[in-house]
Amino acid sequence: MTSNKNFGSGTRTTSVKPGMKWWEITRAGNIYSPGNSKEYETGDWRSIRPVWNKEKCINCLICWRYCPDSSIIVEDGKFGQIDYMHCKGCGICAKVCPVKAIEMKPEDETEKIKEVGADEN
Amino acid sequence: MKTRVALTGNEAIAHAMKQVNPDVVAAYPITPQTEIVQIFSSFVANGQVDTEFVAVESEHSAMSAAIGAAAAGARAMTATSSQGLALMFEMVYIASSMRLPIVFPVVNRALSGPINIHCDHSDAMGLRDSGVIQLFSENAQEAYDNLIQAFRIAEHPDVRLPVMVNLDGFITSHAMDVLEVLDDETVKNFVGEYKPEDYLLDAKNPISMGNLDLYDFYFEHRRQQTAAMEAAKEVIKEVGKEFAKISGREYGLIEKYHLDDAEVAVIVLNSAAGTAKGTCEELRKKGMKVGVLKPRVYRPFPHEEIKEALKNVKAVAVMDRAETFSTNGGPMFQEVRNALFDLRGDIKVVNYIYGLGGRDLLVEHVEKVYNDLYAIKDGKSLNTVNYLGLRE
Repeated sequence: MTSNKNFGSGTRTTSVKPGMKWWEITRAGNIYSPGNSKEYETGDWRSIRPVWNKEKCINCLICWRYCPDSSIIVEDGKFGQIDYMHCKGCGICAKVCPVKAIEMKPEDETEKIKEVGADEN
Repeated sequence: MKTRVALTGNEAIAHAMKQVNPDVVAAYPITPQTEIVQIFSSFVANGQVDTEFVAVESEHSAMSAAIGAAAAGARAMTATSSQGLALMFEMVYIASSMRLPIVFPVVNRALSGPINIHCDHSDAMGLRDSGVIQLFSENAQEAYDNLIQAFRIAEHPDVRLPVMVNLDGFITSHAMDVLEVLDDETVKNFVGEYKPEDYLLDAKNPISMGNLDLYDFYFEHRRQQTAAMEAAKEVIKEVGKEFAKISGREYGLIEKYHLDDAEVAVIVLNSAAGTAKGTCEELRKKGMKVGVLKPRVYRPFPHEEIKEALKNVKAVAVMDRAETFSTNGGPMFQEVRNALFDLRGDIKVVNYIYGLGGRDLLVEHVEKVYNDLYAIKDGKSLNTVNYLGLRE
């Protein structure tokens, strides 16, 4: 019996990443490693993104408490950064911020800013 | 050791199941499959098999239980017919996409309505796009042989797909037939011990199965299923050759009957192939160069083999025991015409719908088809889609 081609059998990789070819991902979508949901980019679901204003922020961390996707990253007890790989853009952080230090901006505008920036460089 | 016995198709299937001795069988009775479950459950009750028999409340549950068992690591089976298969529909897609090698005989019966218990292939054809491998059996012998080979095909690492073994309701399932059965040890050795690669009860290698698969991965997994189907073609042929060593009967993707010098041919599945072969034999005696092509495998569809086998034929009739209501012919007609499209322009292909709801296919019907084909070969034009045995 030939059992050679890995033909449609998929792989047994423990880390499935976006961009993998059909023969590189696991067969039937089986998951072989626990706690790997952090590798799944939910950030690409976002249509509006939270933008943090460092000047206004009082580091109360209410946003960190409310964020349903653990996407507010705290560093040394202060607001550190936003995890855009997982932030789905729900806007709760902006809503609960008592000093309006987080503003929700449309993703397409963000991209325009990026593109303009790229042209200038 | 081989023994010649007289068994009905259902008895032959149940006997094969006993010899395979699967870990789990979950099934619900439905005419004309009932005897398979009934006979097999008596094997369970008498301790002739070690199988865990799950008496479920519906076919949806039967396939669900088989899926659960197969995912847990068991060699699992079910069996059904017609409405039962229709009720199972949703779970068959789950089984194939989870790549679980569940083997299940389907005793072909018309789908309601109007309600009918007799043979046609509308049940199996309803699941031709579900990702299961579909084997067809002309008689009890082939049903028995196909069922044994099905495990090796389903469980092959390049395949890992469910296999549906079709046999005609009543015609094959209930008629007494003479066949050769293998001894238990030979079957046991041929099928081998099932060693699943991934299974839920493997405590050392935890795994999550049946996961959510959205727009960014689903497409790739569907493509893997197609690749597995492609691989299945080779595996089916290899298993067929190996089976020949223990039984003397070799199986491929198609069976060619008097095709080498045939001018016209009919293509037909399951028991009606026997009628077609008999008719072919009679007409050969009269000097007509007629042949029969019987696909043994419908999924994956043997496009290449059919194209090769028919390359010198002038006119072909595809006989379908199911309707698609496309108004352009039955399911196999579409497959065959597709296969022949890039062969050459002048091969004529016509379709005959026959035998719906268990209507008999007679020798005279096949004779008419061959005569029609000769007329077509000589330039007469005929309807693309025709009906055999219909009052019209």
